[in-house]
Amino acid sequence: MSTVSTRRKPPRVGDAPLFRRSLIGIVFVLVAFVILAPLVIIGVEAFSKGWQLYRDTVVHPDTLHAVMLTVLAALIAVPINTVFGIAAAWAITKFDFRGKRFLLVVIEIPFSVSPIVAGVAYLFVYGLQGLFGPWLDAHDIKILFAVPGIIIASMFVTAPFVARELIPLMQAQGRDLEEASTSLGASGWRTFFSVTLPNVKWALLYGVILCNARVMGEFGAVSVVSGNIRGQTNTLPLHIELLYHDYNATGAFAAASILALIAVFTIIAKVALERQGAGRVSKTENPAEKTS
Amino acid sequence: MKIHLENVVKTFESFQAVKGVSLDIESGELVALLGPSGSGKTTILRMVAGLEYADGGAIHFGDQDATDIPVRDRGVGFVFQHYALFPHMTVADNIAFGMKVSKVKRDRSAIESRVSDLLRLVRLEGLGDRFPAQISGGQRQRVALARALSVDPKVLLLDEPFGALDANVRRDLRRWLREIHSELGITTLFVTHDQEEALDLADRVVILKDGQIVQQGTPEEVCRDPKSAFVMKFLGDANVIAAQVRDGRAYVGGLSVEAAGVADGRGELYARPSDIDWSDEGPGIAATISRVLDRADGRRVLATTGAGEALEFDVEPERVVKAGEQGFVTLRRAKVFAV
Repeated sequence: MSTVSTRRKPPRVGDAPLFRRSLIGIVFVLVAFVILAPLVIIGVEAFSKGWQLYRDTVVHPDTLHAVMLTVLAALIAVPINTVFGIAAAWAITKFDFRGKRFLLVVIEIPFSVSPIVAGVAYLFVYGLQGLFGPWLDAHDIKILFAVPGIIIASMFVTAPFVARELIPLMQAQGRDLEEASTSLGASGWRTFFSVTLPNVKWALLYGVILCNARVMGEFGAVSVVSGNIRGQTNTLPLHIELLYHDYNATGAFAAASILALIAVFTIIAKVALERQGAGRVSKTENPAEKTS
Repeated sequence: MKIHLENVVKTFESFQAVKGVSLDIESGELVALLGPSGSGKTTILRMVAGLEYADGGAIHFGDQDATDIPVRDRGVGFVFQHYALFPHMTVADNIAFGMKVSKVKRDRSAIESRVSDLLRLVRLEGLGDRFPAQISGGQRQRVALARALSVDPKVLLLDEPFGALDANVRRDLRRWLREIHSELGITTLFVTHDQEEALDLADRVVILKDGQIVQQGTPEEVCRDPKSAFVMKFLGDANVIAAQVRDGRAYVGGLSVEAAGVADGRGELYARPSDIDWSDEGPGIAATISRVLDRADGRRVLATTGAGEALEFDVEPERVVKAGEQGFVTLRRAKVFAV
């Protein structure tokens, strides 16, 4: 309250100093123990045996391979899920069709299902004893315990991210802009690229970044379908676990620091995007800046 | 371009929004679709535009059956209720959009000169570099119109064009739209729920109720000769007084009013506030004044008849009246409808 007033205001909920301070205190203590302490430990432990060992772990071929595999999974899964998310959001918000509600629910399923359940389900679909297992085996196509399995599992887990960001925004925007564009003679594609996409671009990027962070950090589903073959099907999160089970705590922390670093970059990008998203109005207020 | 709607039907899930509407709009005419919300007027407009498909019936543009032509190829200019300007484009880019996406290729300089022509037409010269968020509601409305006109539409369609504006801007824009219409002579159809807007602006008013046309005609025809109690009530304030109809006349209190064509029995008498006079002596309908409202253009009196019916009428500003006063109401003119 910055208003200059000496009048005593009637107390509101949370206005009592004791209440307010203890609430804030609890939050700080929890943040310190639950979030900050583990992050600090990662840094401290990673370098506990010196820079040399940290470097050795990071440039170890197995670690490098795990990093590459994680990046590869992200490079494939994120674009596919982005296209899927845009298509789903576009369909749900701009068209009326039978089964729309059903589609909305289906999109949300990966959020409510434990990733490990998804992994096990894939075992039953693509595994040797699974539905398509024999056929795949006969045609010498390897999905499980290979890179395709990792990518499919990652895609399942992260399918909702982009759509979830776009649907509320596109619902709020309604169909007027698209209708206006079409009535002016624009084709569907033209409308999408010139009208729809520019108006959701920040939300889209936001969804992509969250999706990417999740793909890179995914453990549960991937651990079931990848088979944990060192140097072959080991993603970074799996590699961390492997190092840890090898009693190589320092190595585990070193590898973990890479993931933590990715997380930090994600948060920075996310905050920057939120600024952009919020700053969209002020941006249009600046006539010098043409966005089209 | 002449527009002809023939028995057009539209159903949304189980709700029948438009129930067999037939309508002819002459080339160059300015027609208002007037009706309360839910009367199907916007749905009709959107079907003419091609933004909705008709479930039944046909829509002709001139000699061409346009019923199944998609909106993209229908050649209409549509002004949306909330303008639907592209927020990420400048005013000039908004207006140029239709020309840029057109199948008819125009070069850059042709587009630019057309944009500046249109900006002049809608009196927004110099605002081409602004974004929609930086201009006022009335200006946005004019940008929306310029954008709709940019593609040389055969038909101009406006959905509640002045709905989101305040009263003064609304009046100015109304006059201005009328000027533009006479300048361009383009067939124009607009939707409104505001009777004053429809009557002020349109050559012809089409009044809708529950998905059907209840009356159409020039403003004079619909105002002077409403065919139903609904039209009477919808076009403006109306006092309703119960009456007895006998042999083509309606009787109430000490008064009788012409009621040709109304069946004998109970009827209702409709009178505009300006059609009612107040006098201290009979004959007339006895009433008691309950409130006096002073307004810029006169005095409005609220009264209650002996039968408990609420009345509203105007008296001259100089007339001394006050709450509680008793007197008699006489009618200059009234319409009678059977109950």
